[in-house]
Amino acid sequence: MASEVSSTVNIQPPPPQLERAPLVLNRHSPAWISDTIAGIVEKKMPRWWWPAFIISASVMTMMFTLIAYLISTGVGVWGLNQPVDWAWDITNFVFWIGIGHAGTLISAVLFLLRQKWRTSINRSAEAMTLFAVACAGIFPVVHVGRIWLAPIYLAPIPNANDIWPQFRSPLLWDVFAVSTYGTVSLLFWYTGLIPDLATMRDRAVTKVRKFFYGLFALGWTGSNRHWSNYEKAYLLLAGISTPLVLSVHSIVSFDFAVSQVPGWHTTIFPPYFVAGAIFSGFGMVLTLLVPLRTLCKLEDIITIRHIELMGKVILATGSIVGYAYGMEFFIAWYGGNPYERYAFMNRAFGPYWWAYWSMITCNVITPHLFWFRKVRQNMVIVFIISIFVNIGMWFERFVIIVTSLHRDYLPSSWGYFSPSWVDICTFIGSFGLFFTLFLLFMRFLPMIAIAEVKGVTPQADPHHPLGGAKIGGHH
Amino acid sequence: MNPTTPTEPRVPKLTATRPFGILAEYLTPADVMHAAEKIRDAGFTRWDVYSPYPVHGMDDAMGLKNSKVGWFSFFGGVAGFTTGMSMIFYMNGWDYKLIVGGKPLFSPLYAFPVSYELTILFASFGSLLGMLFLNRLPRLYHPLLKSWRFKGVTHDKFYIVIETTDPKYSETQTRATLESTGPNHLEVVED
Repeated sequence: MASEVSSTVNIQPPPPQLERAPLVLNRHSPAWISDTIAGIVEKKMPRWWWPAFIISASVMTMMFTLIAYLISTGVGVWGLNQPVDWAWDITNFVFWIGIGHAGTLISAVLFLLRQKWRTSINRSAEAMTLFAVACAGIFPVVHVGRIWLAPIYLAPIPNANDIWPQFRSPLLWDVFAVSTYGTVSLLFWYTGLIPDLATMRDRAVTKVRKFFYGLFALGWTGSNRHWSNYEKAYLLLAGISTPLVLSVHSIVSFDFAVSQVPGWHTTIFPPYFVAGAIFSGFGMVLTLLVPLRTLCKLEDIITIRHIELMGKVILATGSIVGYAYGMEFFIAWYGGNPYERYAFMNRAFGPYWWAYWSMITCNVITPHLFWFRKVRQNMVIVFIISIFVNIGMWFERFVIIVTSLHRDYLPSSWGYFSPSWVDICTFIGSFGLFFTLFLLFMRFLPMIAIAEVKGVTPQADPHHPLGGAKIGGHH
Repeated sequence: MNPTTPTEPRVPKLTATRPFGILAEYLTPADVMHAAEKIRDAGFTRWDVYSPYPVHGMDDAMGLKNSKVGWFSFFGGVAGFTTGMSMIFYMNGWDYKLIVGGKPLFSPLYAFPVSYELTILFASFGSLLGMLFLNRLPRLYHPLLKSWRFKGVTHDKFYIVIETTDPKYSETQTRATLESTGPNHLEVVED
């Protein structure tokens, strides 16, 4: 009886109008996917790689030189002073941490939502997350002044008077949030890499490659008993990282929201920071991937559709950010607190008006260009908008931090912050670190998740004719 | 010595090899899945399917139970939350009592953000390390990884390997079973 029923269920290819848009174009085979992605690492680096690497590494060296100068001289080499005691350092920290959020969102949230298009971009976005967290971590560590005491400020160990750190402080929560974030992102990234490292190991022609890829592949054989545990672990890591990605920028926002400073002390901060983080992160993913897909000839794997979908995420999160800007102003007026009202009027029309309106232009106006399909499909415009998003989100943090601090309750201690050359060059230098790490990553590791991309092709589906299912046959 | 046992070869082999199992290669996920169903129904226990990516539905085709990794994540998470709460209680409420703003020495509310992050941290370690433990990884030696043909497993080929340690294993019978599943290639892998 059962066999009669099943024999009537014929496997037919779906009608063309119901076939989903393919994630890998041109029906490329799994072998083509391995060869293309692993080929980037195995072949000589393209000609543009070396100039890009030398420039990035020089800019990174400038940052480390300036950090040495900062440590040997003191934080006075930066432009911050009373009343603006946090300026570019914490702006840069929040900026970089925010960028990381796209990677975790792509790897965790989109995985849980079964957005299969994430497989083409998750590896590089997760790498971007790790490197952004590394850039972010530098600023709070060096801003403490006596950096050799940083472990005592950060880790839960008692000070000279045997007093433990004070756990009511959001700054300490932040230490735990950011270090957890960095560690879990690394674990997630490495878990995803294991099968691909095995691919690299099996393709390796030199002994050195065979040894190192083999070592980090941990003896992966592609056993289905292993895949079964692996997929469960991956699902759990995605489930665990989802509350993590929502909590990290919430806790970063507590650094401000838990204080009493007008302009900081607002309850909208956690969701608004998280949306802004995802917005900025996708901006950076596009900044990296739009040129890379052309330079590395990956247009069939990172397709126009992928870029379009990321544009839509930017549109959605950008709208949330725009809403939050409006709501902040409304609550400042509706709350009736004169200090709060002043802080917001001062943001838009005070001495830092230029920063505020740069932010509004970049974050509120430009993302709405993504309503148009023509814009989402034009790679040059997408790239330019992604740069605007990056700039706008840096200005957002600058506006929040500096405009709130420079004029608080006591007009006699008002001031105006200007960055020193060390501020500016250290921030530029952090981009050097970011791009150096990213270029090294694409030099040595497969920048697209090979096994995952193979898994979403029709060839991988045992019920699809391309996966070997007999047309008209029964299962 | 029993006279019926075959005599040892006169020239001893430099490396004593014995078969690890029989390897069957397949070209499509549908083929390997149908083959796996047959091997499962034949009652083998020490066998496995090898594929470049997880094939959807293969766990059922092999008759595998739900993975136990979740327990490692769960206990990792519990350990993380407990660590956070007890660490903060010990540090701020017990060892050096710290009065801040006249508030209680300990409250689970202010200890929550840190405990929450530690829950996530320990649960993630539990997931990854639990997966590696259940898979008995890292493993620096595996007989299959010596096979030239098996390199296709991370490329685009699919394999079924029935190990010689399987109680139902017999050189001829097992080979015939595998042959009936229509593999692309069949060979014995040395240990």
